[in-house]
Formats: sequence, C-alpha cells, structure tokens
Amino acid sequence: MSSQTSPGGKPRAPRWAIWLPLALFSGFVVLVSVQLRNPADTNVASTLIGKPMPAFSLPPALPGRPGLDSKAFADGKPHLVNIFASWCIPCGVEAPQLAALAKAGVPIEGISVRDRTEDLQAFLKRNGDPYRRIGADDDGKVQLALGSSGVPETYVIDGRGVIRYQHIGEIRADQVPMILEKLVEAAR
Amino acid sequence: MRRLLAILLTAFALCAVAPVMAQEEQSTAPYAYRQLDDPAKEQAAQALMVSLRCLQCQSQSIADSDAPIAGSMRSLVRERIAAGEDPEAIRAWLVERYGDYVSYAPRVTTLTWPLFAVPLALLALAGLLLRGRFRKGGQA
Repeated sequence: MSSQTSPGGKPRAPRWAIWLPLALFSGFVVLVSVQLRNPADTNVASTLIGKPMPAFSLPPALPGRPGLDSKAFADGKPHLVNIFASWCIPCGVEAPQLAALAKAGVPIEGISVRDRTEDLQAFLKRNGDPYRRIGADDDGKVQLALGSSGVPETYVIDGRGVIRYQHIGEIRADQVPMILEKLVEAAR
Repeated sequence: MRRLLAILLTAFALCAVAPVMAQEEQSTAPYAYRQLDDPAKEQAAQALMVSLRCLQCQSQSIADSDAPIAGSMRSLVRERIAAGEDPEAIRAWLVERYGDYVSYAPRVTTLTWPLFAVPLALLALAGLLLRGRFRKGGQA
C-alpha cells in the first residue's frame, strides 16, 4: 500500500480503504444467502465406483430362498443390487419401479438391512417381490462394506463384478430409463 | 383429579409403547449398544468413534448418534478393535468407502494443504508488516 504521510508522521491508509470492511461484509452476506438458497447435497456417495464389489456372503433373509454371495455377480451379466428394508418408507415407493425393471429381465439382488423375517415377508407381500436372491444384512456390515450410507440405494454391477453406478435414494418412475441405460453401459 | 389421572395413565402407556416402536429400526449389531469387556480396548474404540461421522445425522459422531447405521458402525469399530486391528486402519477402511467426509480427523492431502498453509502464511505476513511498523516507529 502506498501510504501518504500525515503531518504527524503516521502513515495513512488510502481513501478507498475505508470501504474495505463494508465490501468484505457484503461479500460475506452474498455468500451466505447463495448457500442458503442452494443447500449443499448431503448425500455421501460411495467411493467404490469403478472398483470391484467387496466379497461378502449373506445368509438368506427368507426361509426357502437363496441368500446372496458376491460370487453371484461374476456370471458375465450386469446386475442390480438393491439395498432396502421393510422399515424404510421410500423402499415401498420404489417397488413399482423395481417390478418394472424385473419385468424387463434385469436380475435384481436384494440386501435387506437390519430387518426381521416377519416384517420382510409382510413388506414383500404388500409391495411385490422383484428379487432373485435376498441376503440378510442384520448388523449392517455389508452395507458399510459397500460404502452405502442409507436405504434405499441401488448399485449397478457389471458382469465382472465391478461397481459401475450407485443410485442414492428411491428410483423414481422417470429414472427407470436412466437405470436401464446404466445397465446397457455396464454390459459393454 | 380424574383428568389428571387420565393424563398420567396416557403418559405411562406411551412410555411402555415407545421402546417397542423404537426397536424396529434399532441396530441389531452385537456391539452397537454394548461396550467391550476390556476397558483399554473400549477406550481405544471410544477414541475412534468420537472422530467418525455418522452418515445419517451428519453433524454427530457415531459415538453420539442413535441412528441405526451409527449403531452398525460402532459395532464394526468395536469388533475390529477387539480382534486387534489398529484404529487408524479401521478409519482408513471407512475413508476408502465413504471418502474423507466420514472422518473428523483432518488429513493433509494435495487438496487440503492450503487449509494448513494459509494461516501460517498470514501469520508470517502479519509478522513482516508489524516489523515494518515497529522499525518506522523507532526511526521517527
């Protein structure tokens, strides 16, 4: 700063410097109001995209049905892995979309998190059952191993068992074509 | 009097019902709400748990949060520490899956180093400016 010297010998700040605090304050106000209008995305995405599915083996969630082993993904075809629970409301909301995907021939594997058999049976009776296999992740360990931070979440796994896409939250009706597109990409 | 009694009875009834409702989403992981038997290991687990973020209630640590996923994470931490794993290895395992956001302990990386460097640079700048001032003052 080129400071003029007053008769007293003290250096004086240039004229415009008096506006500096106000400018800083206005900048701060603008920043706060912009951030308030566009709240940050609070979803925590898995950092495993593009990496192989962690190995796991889950017991069957329902008697008489197969459980879920990560070896099932190495069959050369893309899969959907849906992480859900009977106590999760949005999981019921996405049920028609999962049914549509299953009808289109997509293999959907389920991981039911922190659930109970009776509750799960009631949930599937109410909402339909699009799953080929359902593994019971009672203590949530596999959910953590997959880098999933909530239910529902849906992973697209390619034929070599690599995680290609993570969908956080329920699949809405207008997102079904996007999921199908991701599956086509994964099949390439 | 009768009304008071009714209110009290309702309150008691609610107290009895509330835990049953809460159970639905509570974590069934073995060490979600149980401490480790070895106090030293529990202390190590506790130290790690207060520095890990709950993914559901994101301003809480997993030690503070009652969210089901926090219960799962506590159990994971305690079981791994009981098995003799290093706390920092457990943190690294979680960071590998959820990114740095899951940890409250800041790391110096190629992205975060300015956060540590800028305060030092500002301090140095302030020191230089002050030195200039004092010199001038002494000469005048």
